[in-house]
Amino acid sequence: ATEVKVNEVEFNPKFVCRMIPKLEWSTLVQAADQLGHREELPGELVPDYEKNEDFLKKVHRVLLEVEVIEGCLQCPESGREFPISKGIPNMLLNEDEA
Amino acid sequence: MASSCRRPEHTGPPDVFYNEEEAKKYSQNSRMIEIQTQMSERAVELLNLPEGQACYLLDVGCGSGLSGDYLTEEGHHWVGVDISTAMLDVALDREVQGDLLLGDMGQGMPFRPGTFDGCISISALQWLCNADKRSHSPPKRLYTFFSTLYSSLARGCRAVFQLYPENSEQLELITSQAMRAGFTGGMVVDYPNSSKAKKFFLCMFTGGTGVLPKGLGSETSDRTVANQVQYSGQRCRFNNMKGKSAKKGRDWIMEKKERRRRQGKEVRPDTKYTGRQRRPHF
Repeated sequence: ATEVKVNEVEFNPKFVCRMIPKLEWSTLVQAADQLGHREELPGELVPDYEKNEDFLKKVHRVLLEVEVIEGCLQCPESGREFPISKGIPNMLLNEDEA
Repeated sequence: MASSCRRPEHTGPPDVFYNEEEAKKYSQNSRMIEIQTQMSERAVELLNLPEGQACYLLDVGCGSGLSGDYLTEEGHHWVGVDISTAMLDVALDREVQGDLLLGDMGQGMPFRPGTFDGCISISALQWLCNADKRSHSPPKRLYTFFSTLYSSLARGCRAVFQLYPENSEQLELITSQAMRAGFTGGMVVDYPNSSKAKKFFLCMFTGGTGVLPKGLGSETSDRTVANQVQYSGQRCRFNNMKGKSAKKGRDWIMEKKERRRRQGKEVRPDTKYTGRQRRPHF
């Protein structure tokens, strides 16, 4: 990514808790790393994270506050790149890809 | 010109129709804002989300974020997908809180399975029913959309689509592809007797039993004018778009008798002979 922004978003621990099981943790850490915003995010999911507010705050930061403004998303399987501009990824497929 | 105003999807593809000028017009029109907000409110109501909980929702065809703003107001986080850059630019200008994606719903929803707690779509689904390119096959695009959406939703969640169906064939096409993708549910029609206020909400469930909510403006369930179409494997008879039964069939006769009873006139009781086909000599 060439431009990353960090916003301030209200912390809702319950919401973050419910999002964690939906994530692929290693990919999240890798992405945060690539953006230079990994900070203290552990490489593995902390057990019993529901009560760990510190951990939840870190996840909240990466999930809701760090935003890629200019950059791209890359498909790990095909290598196809989806550009991100003004914070909006362009996921439109070409005729032959659909 | 009149017909294209009522059915913008007939003038061309959505990313062409919603150009910068149209996007600006759309988002500044106070009547449009009011209607869209009302429909978003009703759609979220139909989503039946758990009380007091911030959810992660998908807004398909989010446009300039009119519906998204309502989601934010309700305390939810959302992701919006739209095909028109112009509309999304307006959304950026309006500083919507949701995350935006430039995408074509007919190409599929690019999300990990079980991501969302619900999905709404306001006035967008009918755009999928027209083939804008020679390579487009609306049924295939509809199926691609519904199947990927189905997987993007967590189990036991709902997707509510407010749409303007052109005719019953279109409605059937949409519901059949949704069913194929695994959704259950049906159509909820609000104010079926008012051509102005009438609104269609396609209410779909992912897994589990769902009781289809009642449409607004409906009276007792004895009325023969169906305001909910529970989609089963059977063919249902659709009324014409004004919500009245076609022809002089039994439905029409029953409705007419009801109307006259309400007007206080004397009406023959309904029996098994009401509206029965008579022998030709009548």
